[in-house]
Amino acid sequence: MSRAVVVTGIGLVSSLGEGIAPHLAALASPPEPQVDAERFAPYPVHPMPAIEWDRQIAKKSDQRQMEPWQRLGVYTAGLALEEAGLRGDVEAKARMQMIVAAGGGERDYAVDGQILTGLRGAADPGAFLNERLMSDLRPTLFLAQLSNLLAGNISIVHGVTGASRTFMGEEMSGVDALRIAQARIASGQVDAMLVGSSYNAERCDSLLIFELGGYLWKKPFRSVWDRPADGGGLILGSGAGFLVLEAREHAERRGAAIRAELQPVKAARTRRDPGAVTSALAHLWRESAVPEGATILSGATGISGPTDEERAALAQVAPGAPLHAVGDLLGHPLEAAAAVSAALAAALVASGQATDVAATCVGHRRGEGLVRLTRAQ
Amino acid sequence: MAQADTDRFGRPLVVVTGMGIVTSLGRGQSENWAALTAGRSGIHAITRFSTENLRTRIAGTVDFEPVDPLCAPMLSERLGELAAEEAVAQAAFPRKGEFPGPLFVAVPPVEVEWPQRRALAEAAAADGDVTYTQLLAGASTRRFDSWHDLFTFGTVADRIADRFGTLGSPISLSTACSSGATAIQLGVEAIRRGEAEAALCIGTDGSVNPESLVRFSLLSALSTQNNPPESAAKPFAKNRDGFVMGEGAAALVLESAASARARGARILGFVLGCGEKGDGFHRTRSSPDGAPIIAAIQEAIDDAGLTPDDIDYVNAHGTGTPENDKMEALGCMKVMGERMGTVPISSNKSMVGHTLTAAGAVEAVVSLMTIAGGRLPPTINYAVPDPAIPLDVVPNAARDASVRFVLSNSFGFGGQNTCLVLGAEPK
Repeated sequence: MSRAVVVTGIGLVSSLGEGIAPHLAALASPPEPQVDAERFAPYPVHPMPAIEWDRQIAKKSDQRQMEPWQRLGVYTAGLALEEAGLRGDVEAKARMQMIVAAGGGERDYAVDGQILTGLRGAADPGAFLNERLMSDLRPTLFLAQLSNLLAGNISIVHGVTGASRTFMGEEMSGVDALRIAQARIASGQVDAMLVGSSYNAERCDSLLIFELGGYLWKKPFRSVWDRPADGGGLILGSGAGFLVLEAREHAERRGAAIRAELQPVKAARTRRDPGAVTSALAHLWRESAVPEGATILSGATGISGPTDEERAALAQVAPGAPLHAVGDLLGHPLEAAAAVSAALAAALVASGQATDVAATCVGHRRGEGLVRLTRAQ
Repeated sequence: MAQADTDRFGRPLVVVTGMGIVTSLGRGQSENWAALTAGRSGIHAITRFSTENLRTRIAGTVDFEPVDPLCAPMLSERLGELAAEEAVAQAAFPRKGEFPGPLFVAVPPVEVEWPQRRALAEAAAADGDVTYTQLLAGASTRRFDSWHDLFTFGTVADRIADRFGTLGSPISLSTACSSGATAIQLGVEAIRRGEAEAALCIGTDGSVNPESLVRFSLLSALSTQNNPPESAAKPFAKNRDGFVMGEGAAALVLESAASARARGARILGFVLGCGEKGDGFHRTRSSPDGAPIIAAIQEAIDDAGLTPDDIDYVNAHGTGTPENDKMEALGCMKVMGERMGTVPISSNKSMVGHTLTAAGAVEAVVSLMTIAGGRLPPTINYAVPDPAIPLDVVPNAARDASVRFVLSNSFGFGGQNTCLVLGAEPK
């Protein structure tokens, strides 16, 4: 069995704003990214926009139980469900399954700092660490940090309780979430899924993991394509993307508006020898049979190596095609990169501005993915 | 009659052709099986780090596999690799280092740990209170760049994929304490879709460190009966007071029955059914009516083309927390009805502790060994029966039994419920 998989709900939030409109506007004009260069200097970040959380997360107690990455994801999942006309459909949501791409949650910076300060002079560092962790960690913080608790909170807040799986592993977790969801629906293993991810870039611990490795851009904002010549680097961006995916006949039966069709998602893992990204992307492009004239959304990060290799691949397989670097619009949302690009691609198709959009997602360290959305046939 | 390669729903049958396991009881199937059927506990006092000021000072850590630096991702990678080595060797594919299918690995969440934070703070060489500004300055010395890979989520899977030559993009996943079962479910689904002839499914967890222990301790999830350590994990007993953290890994080589038969591989058993159901009741507690647990069990049995009457034995999630064991017993009794009073159900966690991310995979391997060995591993430390759980928990001593179909349950924080049905043969 192979069924068409369609998008019936798009949830999208980034530094550009909330929903489809500000993102389509940004794609239609020269990029005017929102960059906060001050708060985490020398590291610029693309911050979350102002959000009225109450609109999607009714209970303040739920909002309080979540760290920002979870809140952003739960909110954006709500946008997708609402657009799919499922907000009030308790029964459909109770059957709906999920794949969420996620990293881990935020540290309590004050507690970490105090413990590290105290450890310097501690006579028995092990005993000191234990004592402080036992007394200073909030018990509920753990639940705000656990990777699978974004999905867990979506279940609690929105009642999406079919079953959930959380994929981890930076950029590729998002690509694989879309890939497996599409394959499961296409093959008849499930009829509908909520798929997506969220990322909070405004975190010292996120910046820390990327400063380890030297992946961060520390200069004034510049296009991802121009950064490699100057050492390269990525700018993290807060953002979230969620899609409601359904088998075409499932969507039609319930009279849902079909926004776009998700083609089988392609993913590869190379050993990243020189030229590997270029050849892997070119191979995925052919496998995906992207037609000439398709719009390209590139997820290039701006780091040296993969960014140039991706550009070379695109020049080879789609010379002159309309190309947008998502990183120039809203930064790099890591696990959420693929879902944000897929949401943008679906929005382009839904609005009639494109009939075929190919979104690349090349991991900063590993993994190459291609997500293609087309006008539903 | 030729054996069918598809199930009653017309899907490819999924067989297991290789298994690997490592727990605090030892390396490999035979060491673990000997210990489990002897009712031996792998729980001991923690020596890896100071337990001063902790309420719980015991765990089923795996201390016989040194890694450097000792941190959750390094140990998880090593344990996963060990289990995969055993499984892949047993499956005996023709080409070494070229596993003919995708990789699904359940891995614990990773983050920079305390020894590394301290090193970063020291490297910044600043006076005054430590803040993340200093840690970032320490990181920018470029002396610690190898830690990026060490503490990112995809690395364990990437390295295992490299080592065993699995195909395509490896998937790292978490469904909390049901992760190991989800890794297997993803493999089963890939084979049923016809996407793959084989899949390497691993659950691994080497994350016993001060902070992970404190996190569970602050949620009152852990047993605090530190003396003697081997008696602390008491699933289904009335005096159960929480789980005991454990470490370990298990790997299964799944294969389509057609592929396994074509190459003459030895079939160790079948993964016949998978069931899952979410729960939106609470972040750590199950719906009081047990409906999601019931739905997951029922779906796994349905998916296997069986009825509840076919289940001969339940390999329980059986963590030993008051809440889990009560809800699990309720779920089993609802699905199986009165018959559940005589269906044996036992918890491997009474001996190996709760291996968290790995548990679903560890218990799937033990379930298949149970079928093959015709012997039920016991629930040890069962001294005080709980009248609310009137079940045959195979108390304290292993016993022989003919087992054709096993239900293996896994439940986790965040409303995760995943159940597997494993069998000697399809019905």
